[in-house]
Amino acid sequence: MKTLLIPAYYVFFKDTVSEFRTRYAFNALLLFVVTTISITLFAFGGDTVSSHVLAGIFWIIVFFSAMSGLSRTFVSEEERGTSVTLQLLTNATSVYLGKLVFNIVLIFFLTCIIAVLYQILVKDFVVQSYGIFWLTLFLGSIGLASASTILAAIIAKANTKGTLYPVVSFPILLPLLLTLINATRLAMEGAFFKEAVTDMQVLISYPIVLITVSLLFFEIVWKE
Amino acid sequence: MNAIEFSAQEISKHFNRHQIFENINFTLSFFSTSTTSNSLAIIGNNGAGKSTLIKILAGILSPTKGNVAFSINAENIPIKFFHQHIGFVAPYLQLYDEFSGLENLLLFGKIRQLEKSFPLRAEKLLEQFNLSNAKNSLVRIYSSGMKQRLKYCAALLHQPEILLLDEPTITLDEEGREIVYEVMNEQRKKGLLVVATNEKEDIVGIEKIIELGKG
Repeated sequence: MKTLLIPAYYVFFKDTVSEFRTRYAFNALLLFVVTTISITLFAFGGDTVSSHVLAGIFWIIVFFSAMSGLSRTFVSEEERGTSVTLQLLTNATSVYLGKLVFNIVLIFFLTCIIAVLYQILVKDFVVQSYGIFWLTLFLGSIGLASASTILAAIIAKANTKGTLYPVVSFPILLPLLLTLINATRLAMEGAFFKEAVTDMQVLISYPIVLITVSLLFFEIVWKE
Repeated sequence: MNAIEFSAQEISKHFNRHQIFENINFTLSFFSTSTTSNSLAIIGNNGAGKSTLIKILAGILSPTKGNVAFSINAENIPIKFFHQHIGFVAPYLQLYDEFSGLENLLLFGKIRQLEKSFPLRAEKLLEQFNLSNAKNSLVRIYSSGMKQRLKYCAALLHQPEILLLDEPTITLDEEGREIVYEVMNEQRKKGLLVVATNEKEDIVGIEKIIELGKG
């Protein structure tokens, strides 16, 4: 286990330091967040919008922001020619785990920024059950990262990386996004935790399935 | 380190329907008591498949047919652990531009979980390749020759049993070439060496030669 986790930690460390120095993914994500929230605000005007629509738009912003940044973890390795270096340094599982944790941290940080901005700027977006809301954000981040990490590894090998990523991700992330929208709506409507249990079960089982499948297939994706 | 065996058995590689090479066979072995047949040169025209073959030997590309076998003291090493025993230098292998030369080596040592004294070895390698003065500069500002030297430091950091070199002296000046030839000679005394090149000077003293794209 140590032989997997220590290299995974240093892969995560490398990506984090690299991101702090280049700010490639973070800047792309932040720019997307600011742009989409601004457009949303202009579109709403002074109208009152239902909680279902607001929750949907919130996760649309998170989804497309994530798509514009999360693929960088593998695409930049491929574009810069460092993926061969990484293959020669450690085993595939450690690379996957390091990249997965990096993506979880990045997407959770991003989701928190979006949540705070959204609550400040969109007057109808009022959360009443903060427990459900933050748990949804946390589990949603893990779910989004677990799907986007393996998909990023796959599309990094393709020629049309930019357009392929959201297209391939959408059908895989759809069940997750629908659940996240529903759980966020419940949080806005002040639901009790027991009403959100089914959604939470889906949000917990989704990354478990995705991460298990990814661990089984990552080596094939990574090496070829 | 006593006995190392490295062999390719009927390796073929196709990309879609395009055949790159077929039925490549060789065996390299190193015993602490004798050093015969422990180096191989892969030569051939551009596009003959030298880099493809060396990537297959490194375990980063799968052959269409055949397999690569590697053992240390008669214990087989699975292909997914080849990276622990292989040092690899190639023009298409890149280091992390946003880290300094020393940071790259320290990071590689930590990912490889090397023993605690590896930073000292990293410093020594940087000195051997005349990079000590630039060790704290970002790799981004290194010249192509300096990057090539740093790749050697990275490849030798974990004291690999097999050294795989693709175009070993590309972009290097005269001094750099001399250091590389010294490293190649040293490697032949303690392990196995595989070189893919078209430069005649690079294969002086190498026991076996495979020419790709011939017949």
